[in-house]
Amino acid sequence: MKYQSQAVAKPYFIAALALFVGQIVFGLIAGLQYLYGTFLFPELPFDVAHMSHTNLLIVWLLMAFMGAAYFIVPEEAQTELYSPKLALVTFWVFLTAGALTIAAYLFVPYAHLAAITGNAALPTMGRGYLEQPLPIKIGIVLVALSLLFNVTMTLIKGRKTSINLILVGSLWGLALLFLPAFYFPQDTVKASFGWWWIVHGWVEGDWELILGALLGFILIKMTGVDREIVEKWIYIIVAMTLVSGLVGIGHHYYYTGAPSYWIWLGSIFSALEPLPFMLLIAFSFKMLLARRREHPNKAAMLWALGTPIMAFLGAGLWGFMITLAPAQYYMHGTNFTAAHGHLAFFGAYAMVSLAIISYAMPLLRGRIANSDAAQRWEMAGFWIMVLSMLGIALALTGAGIVTVVLQRAAADPMPFMQVQDKERVFFWLRELAGVGFFVGLLVYLRSFFISGEYEYAGEMKRALAA
Amino acid sequence: MQQVFTKAMARNIFLGGAVFFLAIYLALTYDTWQRIPIRDHADQMTPAVLRGKYLLDTNDCIGCHTINGEGAYFAPELGNVYKRRGPDFIKAWIQSQPTGVPGRRQMPNFHLTPDQLNDLVAYLQWLSNIDTNNWPPNIQG
Repeated sequence: MKYQSQAVAKPYFIAALALFVGQIVFGLIAGLQYLYGTFLFPELPFDVAHMSHTNLLIVWLLMAFMGAAYFIVPEEAQTELYSPKLALVTFWVFLTAGALTIAAYLFVPYAHLAAITGNAALPTMGRGYLEQPLPIKIGIVLVALSLLFNVTMTLIKGRKTSINLILVGSLWGLALLFLPAFYFPQDTVKASFGWWWIVHGWVEGDWELILGALLGFILIKMTGVDREIVEKWIYIIVAMTLVSGLVGIGHHYYYTGAPSYWIWLGSIFSALEPLPFMLLIAFSFKMLLARRREHPNKAAMLWALGTPIMAFLGAGLWGFMITLAPAQYYMHGTNFTAAHGHLAFFGAYAMVSLAIISYAMPLLRGRIANSDAAQRWEMAGFWIMVLSMLGIALALTGAGIVTVVLQRAAADPMPFMQVQDKERVFFWLRELAGVGFFVGLLVYLRSFFISGEYEYAGEMKRALAA
Repeated sequence: MQQVFTKAMARNIFLGGAVFFLAIYLALTYDTWQRIPIRDHADQMTPAVLRGKYLLDTNDCIGCHTINGEGAYFAPELGNVYKRRGPDFIKAWIQSQPTGVPGRRQMPNFHLTPDQLNDLVAYLQWLSNIDTNNWPPNIQG
């Protein structure tokens, strides 16, 4: 790596992967509880497994984004990180806070946790993905401010590239968009409306900018394509994201108490939200075709190309399926949403995180790429995880179809629990795919423990033999 | 090389587009904010309703249930449960959890007092009167 201080990214990436494992363990537990409702009850009720699963997801992705920022910003700015020490202290604070939070979920009944953490003074607990006690939420803000201070000071004293500006700008956006977590109106409809500022604002807005910046960085480094071309594409993509997504947030406002004009506005604008994902596919493959070098890190290239495709499928295609108001009328609050959520989160954000880790980790370990053997394990992990996640999405879609037919659209609708019973085969398929995903994750992690760096001699031999 | 469409132009579309559509969203939000209290009968948000909401939040009910389709998909929709089941059933149901039925999805017992149960029911009743553009499609939620 080019700057010594980029090394601080390493602990962030390692922690991200460890938390990823934890996330999947809780996912498998929750998935099994769909089938065996008494599994681990009452010690670990479904809602605790569920919030542990989602919170671990968010924390590991944030760890990965932070590691990415500490790796990318110094290199783009062509100067050392402002304070590597601050980055390391912040790492331990964030990791400890995260571990404490999960422990609190597991060992303290939620209402009691709220009582002992000052929730009555400023209520913030009880919304999805925002289950954290107030002190932890404050801790998250402090961790974010530390990151922002560090990377902004680095950016100020160094070269400002479009990648850098978009990345640091969107990290500021990430932090600002978290602030509504402290605003929990007593009016449920207003509370829901504001909740989406964080959730939609992040995953259908701000985080897409981060994704663009990360992919742009990786492709500049790996293909050698002119920066001007890459950065122009990234600006077009992020422009489309905000043009479609800022009013497209209305696709969350159809049936939760907001005025009915959102039915038209949300449908029209959110229908455009797949566009940036289509552009991302065109962009990444165009850069591949225009490449001026054969980078030895084939695994990272696979992640960089796979991310736009899976992101398009999960966010673009599955998202489009449920975005138009007439369709959503029947599909709202069903496993269609879960199918979309899983495939989109993995396809876009988990995969771009694994892409930057794939590119940067070898460099952090002192080589341009891992050995052929290590890359084979990594790529096998890629395929197993990708195919398994598609399996999860298809299984949940099946369940969603049953709900729509029997519970929503039927002339004589069946009660929820009865319908869930009819969907068991899909929950089994989901769990099977989930186990497959976990296997893929383990295969992927194995690749880090296969020693050796990329051998150009091997490539030469193959080229001569051909 | 002469370019028709430059990076600077792309950046300006990004910045201009962001500002323009953010302004539209903020204007719509302002209007929405005025209309919500009418649509959800905010004047009927009694202290009991608010206490009930606090109970629902701090017991993480949306960790299994949905409210107007938002939450987790493990247990039934609560936005219209008041109309589907009525106050007496709801209170009896909550008090008698867990069912312990083998294999059935389990709900914890939250050890709510009779007053707390009444508050929770008041909130569920308030929820069932929100104008959600005719959602859900039927009583099953």
